[in-house]
Amino acid sequence: MEIPYTVAERPDTGLYNAKLGIWLFLASEVMLFGALFSALILLRTGADYWPHGADKLNVPLATVNTFVLIASSVTVVMAWASLRLKEFGKAKMYLWATFACGLGFMVIKAIEYGSKFSHGITPATDNFYATYFLLTGLHGLHVVGGMVVFAYFLGPGAKMWRTEPERYTNRIETCGLYWHFVDLVWIFLFPTLYLL
Amino acid sequence: MAGATVEEIKRETRVYRNVFLALAAFTAITVAISYMQVSFALALTLALLVATIKGSLVACYFMHLISERKLIYTVLLITAGFFLVLLFLPLGSYLGSTGS
Repeated sequence: MEIPYTVAERPDTGLYNAKLGIWLFLASEVMLFGALFSALILLRTGADYWPHGADKLNVPLATVNTFVLIASSVTVVMAWASLRLKEFGKAKMYLWATFACGLGFMVIKAIEYGSKFSHGITPATDNFYATYFLLTGLHGLHVVGGMVVFAYFLGPGAKMWRTEPERYTNRIETCGLYWHFVDLVWIFLFPTLYLL
Repeated sequence: MAGATVEEIKRETRVYRNVFLALAAFTAITVAISYMQVSFALALTLALLVATIKGSLVACYFMHLISERKLIYTVLLITAGFFLVLLFLPLGSYLGSTGS
């Protein structure tokens, strides 16, 4: 049986199904990260002392990571635009660039974590580091999740371009929406944890 | 988005590049604010203001919320409502219990 509305828009929603699906998923993600931000605010306002993020964390590395993630948001949206222009080769190049940015982000994150662990700093150290490791760790898992999806669309999933190019284009749009959300979360995590 | 002409798509890609430059500039501003000798309240306000501007750029242009279907706006509006409850309910409860 064929899956309905993978390309055509449903008459009642005006959207293809995957797009509505990803937005509902992102709504649940807002609640997940919202709960953790809420916990951070509560812990911070209730603490007698809360360290200044810049004194404890590596701001230059996090700044580089911010640029890397912003760049990856551009490359994924450029991949989608290239697919709409029927330029598959160019789209693949942009998707590889997105994957590379994700990998770069995780390598920098690993350097940051490695430095903390080598100094005996773990999530059990105090509330500041507990929230830092939890929020950045969960965000990092989302980056890895996105990279797995991009790897699939660059590998076995790329076959779809030959048979159903519009459906493939829509798939890149939906995973792009997810990737932009991951970027969006980082945009708020960066000043909240590292700079304030 | 569907049925856009080649020229329209190329115009969109120019917008994406400009948004990228704006995001890069705002990131530099965010870091610069953290080095300013201002009160915590002002630093927090400025940092969150810049983060909100950056987030809006990503949401409006990269996630195309500037021209999306009504149903998506409805979903996001409901989410925003629940998000605010989630954010402020524990805080209100905490402030109430401490009498602040």
